[in-house]
Amino acid sequence: MMENLTLNDPPPPGPQSGGPMPPVLGGRAPPLPPQPQQLPPQMFTTAAQLLDLTDKKLLICLRDGRKLTGILRSWDQFANLVLQSTVERIYATLPGAKESSALKGYYADKPHGIFLVRGENVLLLGEIDLDKDDESPLGFEQAELEKVEKLAKERKVVEKAKEKNKLKQLATLGFEGEASGEIFL
Amino acid sequence: MLFFSFFKTLIDNQVTVELKNDIQIRGTLKSVDQYLNIKLDNIEVVDDIKYPHLSSVKNVFIRGSVVRYVHLPHNAVDVTLLEDATRREAANQAAKAK
Repeated sequence: MMENLTLNDPPPPGPQSGGPMPPVLGGRAPPLPPQPQQLPPQMFTTAAQLLDLTDKKLLICLRDGRKLTGILRSWDQFANLVLQSTVERIYATLPGAKESSALKGYYADKPHGIFLVRGENVLLLGEIDLDKDDESPLGFEQAELEKVEKLAKERKVVEKAKEKNKLKQLATLGFEGEASGEIFL
Repeated sequence: MLFFSFFKTLIDNQVTVELKNDIQIRGTLKSVDQYLNIKLDNIEVVDDIKYPHLSSVKNVFIRGSVVRYVHLPHNAVDVTLLEDATRREAANQAAKAK
């Protein structure tokens, strides 16, 4: 289905396809400055946005805090994704690491293969600049997987306790924690 | 659809998107769709020490459902026009409900 989608295809059926823009921003208002709305409406679909990213190496952040890299092979309007050669990169910041620290933490890669990710779990997709791909992120060093996994687990326990405490305090003030600590970094 | 149209008028402006996991990403707004999924170009992460994983990323697609705020440049928003449009939208909705 994907091969057939181009920017020249008619826009998908839906409220946005109804001829000119709805009269919400027009009407008797003063003349508008040049509007980017005159770009074809099919530029503003999920399909058009994801089409550029297809078959590229991407970073995918998931709602549970995992970071995957892989090649995007297929997707749909919900951002359900199929990734090839997926590698999970685990980061572990050292306890007490500050902005000025030379070594802030470690990372390790864990190969996974093909992934089908359900859209609701996706936070964001980023296109990886292949020129910068081989450099380690500033202040982070690659280490053995087991070591990093252990460190990351410890950090997660600490963060979770912190989050729980925060929610508890907010609750005493009558606030309900947004997403109830479900979203991690 | 009001805010979809509104965001379309902001294309090519610098915006900062704050996600529900507190990460803030600044970049040029390149595209938006009906779910308010957002595409940003030339991104930089505010407080990138805490978020090292985006250092080699140049453009992102952010799923609309995870956005908490979009910080907009002050001069790109015509507040009067937006207020006007909002009232009209509300009036339309009210007329439809009858």
